[in-house]
Amino acid sequence: MSAPAPASFLFRGRLLPLALLAPQLAVTLIFFYWPAVQALYQSFLREDAFGLSRHFVGLENFADVLTDPTWLQALWRTILFSTAVAGLALTVALFLAVQADKHIRGAATYKTLLIWPYAVAPAVAAVLWLFMFHPHIGLFGRMLNGLGIAWDYKLRGDQAMLLVIIASAWKQVSYNFIFFLAGLQSIPRSVLEAAAIDGARPMRRFWTVVFPLLSPTAFFLLVVNLTYAFFDTFGVIHAITQGGPGKATETLIYRAYTDGVMNLNLGTSAAQSVILMVMVIVLTMAQFRFIERKVHY
Amino acid sequence: MATLSIEGVTKRFGATQVLHGIDLAVADGEMIVIVGASGCGKSTLLRIVAGLEAATSGRVLIGGRDVTALEPAARDVAMVFQNYALYPHMSVFDNMAYGLRIRGLPREEIARRVREVAEMLEIGQLLSRKPRQLSGGQRQRVAMGRAIVRNPKLFLFDEPLSNLDAKLRVTMRAEIKRLQRQLGVTSLFVTHDQVEAMTLGDRLVVMHEGRAVQVATPMEVWSRPADVYVAGFIGSPSMNFLPAQAAGGGRAVHLPAHGLTLPLPEDVRLPLPDGQAVTLGIRPEHLRPGEGGLALRVELIEPLGGEAVVHGRLADGAGLVVRLRSDALPGDGLLRVVLPPEALHLFDAATGRRLAA
Amino acid sequence: MMLERRSPWPHLWLGLGVLVFAFPIYITLVGSTHDVATIGRGDVPLLPGPHLAENYAAAWRGGVGRFAQTPAALMLANSLLMALLIAAGKIAISLVSAFAVVFFRFPLRMVAFWLIFVTLMLPVEVRIIPTFQVMVRLELINTMAGLVVPLIASATATLLFRQFFLTIPPEYVEAAKIDGAGPLRFFKDVVLPLSVTNIAALFVILFIYGWNQYLWPLLIVNDRSLETIVVGLTKMIGTGDAQNEWNVIMATAVLALLPPVAVVVLMQRWFVKGLTETEK
Repeated sequence: MSAPAPASFLFRGRLLPLALLAPQLAVTLIFFYWPAVQALYQSFLREDAFGLSRHFVGLENFADVLTDPTWLQALWRTILFSTAVAGLALTVALFLAVQADKHIRGAATYKTLLIWPYAVAPAVAAVLWLFMFHPHIGLFGRMLNGLGIAWDYKLRGDQAMLLVIIASAWKQVSYNFIFFLAGLQSIPRSVLEAAAIDGARPMRRFWTVVFPLLSPTAFFLLVVNLTYAFFDTFGVIHAITQGGPGKATETLIYRAYTDGVMNLNLGTSAAQSVILMVMVIVLTMAQFRFIERKVHY
Repeated sequence: MATLSIEGVTKRFGATQVLHGIDLAVADGEMIVIVGASGCGKSTLLRIVAGLEAATSGRVLIGGRDVTALEPAARDVAMVFQNYALYPHMSVFDNMAYGLRIRGLPREEIARRVREVAEMLEIGQLLSRKPRQLSGGQRQRVAMGRAIVRNPKLFLFDEPLSNLDAKLRVTMRAEIKRLQRQLGVTSLFVTHDQVEAMTLGDRLVVMHEGRAVQVATPMEVWSRPADVYVAGFIGSPSMNFLPAQAAGGGRAVHLPAHGLTLPLPEDVRLPLPDGQAVTLGIRPEHLRPGEGGLALRVELIEPLGGEAVVHGRLADGAGLVVRLRSDALPGDGLLRVVLPPEALHLFDAATGRRLAA
Repeated sequence: MMLERRSPWPHLWLGLGVLVFAFPIYITLVGSTHDVATIGRGDVPLLPGPHLAENYAAAWRGGVGRFAQTPAALMLANSLLMALLIAAGKIAISLVSAFAVVFFRFPLRMVAFWLIFVTLMLPVEVRIIPTFQVMVRLELINTMAGLVVPLIASATATLLFRQFFLTIPPEYVEAAKIDGAGPLRFFKDVVLPLSVTNIAALFVILFIYGWNQYLWPLLIVNDRSLETIVVGLTKMIGTGDAQNEWNVIMATAVLALLPPVAVVVLMQRWFVKGLTETEK
């Protein structure tokens, strides 16, 4: 945060600035703080089966959630899923960005052709991949079955997981690509030239000079990708597998949706929301601390 | 056009007192230059006059009207900023017209005045350009034009020449002087550059640590500096200072380190008992080579063409700077200089205030 | 100095990358030009067929009989309206709130700033159920307002504008004061024109953000007349039955991704700027 300007550079008045802030504050309070407080409040309550009465149960809802083996499985599954999506999307994007940074002909064209998937909604990305891997109408789905591999993501959990991972990562690569390319292009050419004169060969140059300079970008992207995999992939999962088969692709956000919207289990769903909020806050704070410490070196 | 009075203005930022009570009366059409080192409070004073900063106490009157509590816009002043503050997205014309539009002048009147001023400043052909398409000097002219077109009671200049290269600065300096004379608008000009101050001002306000240490014409400031600070600040190279004592019943000074006693001019008499410490000042250009004065061991000669600046040390190790004609340069590394009595400045060694001569 | 010799590898890898990214779209495009029988049989074609016009017409109008759907025309209009309102709403409220925070000093300024700033951390997905309950109470279910308004509460845009406003030289404010411009006039005549590129950049990002909303419309809207195209598309698929009218679904998918992709490609310069500046 930069130093505040001396007061003399500013306008006077109290009502006007508050009036200017009012719309933003109103929306924030009504649609952000009110629900957040409500979630916190409800997470300590339990309703009877008919929704007629509710009573305070302390941390019981949290205890229920955190000891529920299916929730813990969803947590583990989410970690696996998110790591896979982030890892895949980051690796492919970094690799492509390094290729595009080589000052080759047509670099701008490649860039345009690689960034557009950012605009595709996760759910639509899912539909595109479904078209390809559908066991009956999909090109690759049929091909796999033709090769004797029993491919049907609607029946096999591991295949379903693989498909949602690929579809989710596919969409995120372009985002990472843009940032990696910007990061690579901001590395001064003279630094690379110095490394070359020091006798470092290209691979070594990459791992000892380029990658360390890129690590703030990489860390930032890691957090963004994890957040994306946690939440934005809801559309992917909902469109392809609806969390199935069984619960094979049920991530935490999908679980919260099912419990809250389908099963109308308000107490535990509120507790799940609170747990999710805490997780995001921890992720975001990790990112802020890292940015403060690392970005300007 | 109007007079400006600053009465007992002080300014405090938290615990730091930036201005310690400034008084100044500016006559109608006068060009006052406020000069001082950075941090002396000169910009703060200007901004208080503009209304961009509120004084902690004291009053500002423009044309006899107390404007202390008024917003900048209500004071009828125009300002030229150090970085010009031209709106980057507006053309030169729009930049100059903006203040007039806000004041609701008729469109034709605005166009006429902008064109008139643009012609005066020779930027008539640039009116449709954006600031980034202009050179530094042209931007400077636009900033001036924006001020002039408003036809204000008071011009305020906040170091407007410091972003220009040396050559352009000299040209624009003359230009500002000419325009100010021609328009006759009362002006306050802030600078840290003593040459700018000397050449531009009808009178100077020399500021030091939040006080106006001297308010006088440039020549007066140069020939009769009010204290050691002003004496050292104005003039280049700076005045030499030597420790001395009053002697001969106030009619002479004695330099104990050199065993030298210098008689003062007839009309001067120090109001001090003999033996009292004084600071003797003499400008480098007033020292002359000759017998019987101080012996200077020459360390460095800076030739300036027709003249040269000689840096050397006296017998007691004190430094002394002499400005000589090039044909009078010493050959053997030793130079004897005499101190003409009429060129001596004497200051109280304790307070630094001017004593006499 | 040349650090790399000319080598075909970068082209090869990038070409492969482009192919991997383009292929799913190509398959979908091709699929949307065949009739339902060809696709339903599982003879996946690799070249365009002759049924382009009728498939897109069917998608546009919504089909008939067993496959009657919400017309894509209506869903596209809904998505467009939602995306535009979200982008414009976010930009508008962020511009004025950032202006207040940067160019004024007033009591509770930092409190207001932090109240807004904290929302940066919680995407709408996390608080979806409680927010839904609030919407029920406010009777905003099944309304365009309910779809849009909660999503315009985000700190990202406010933060971007705040960062940008802090780079505006304070002398502009002073010059404006001396010129006699008040805060609102300064906002209109100086701040707004200077923010144009930032607004354009942000618009691209927010338009895509709005267009691609999924969970929120899924929850808030069950009235077909408010269906958005992204949600409508997945509803057409259902559980992925092979008997689906896949050719029309594929045409709808193309329609769903075309507008945001067009925005990104056409406004690429602002898009990249907007992306890298909002997130850093």
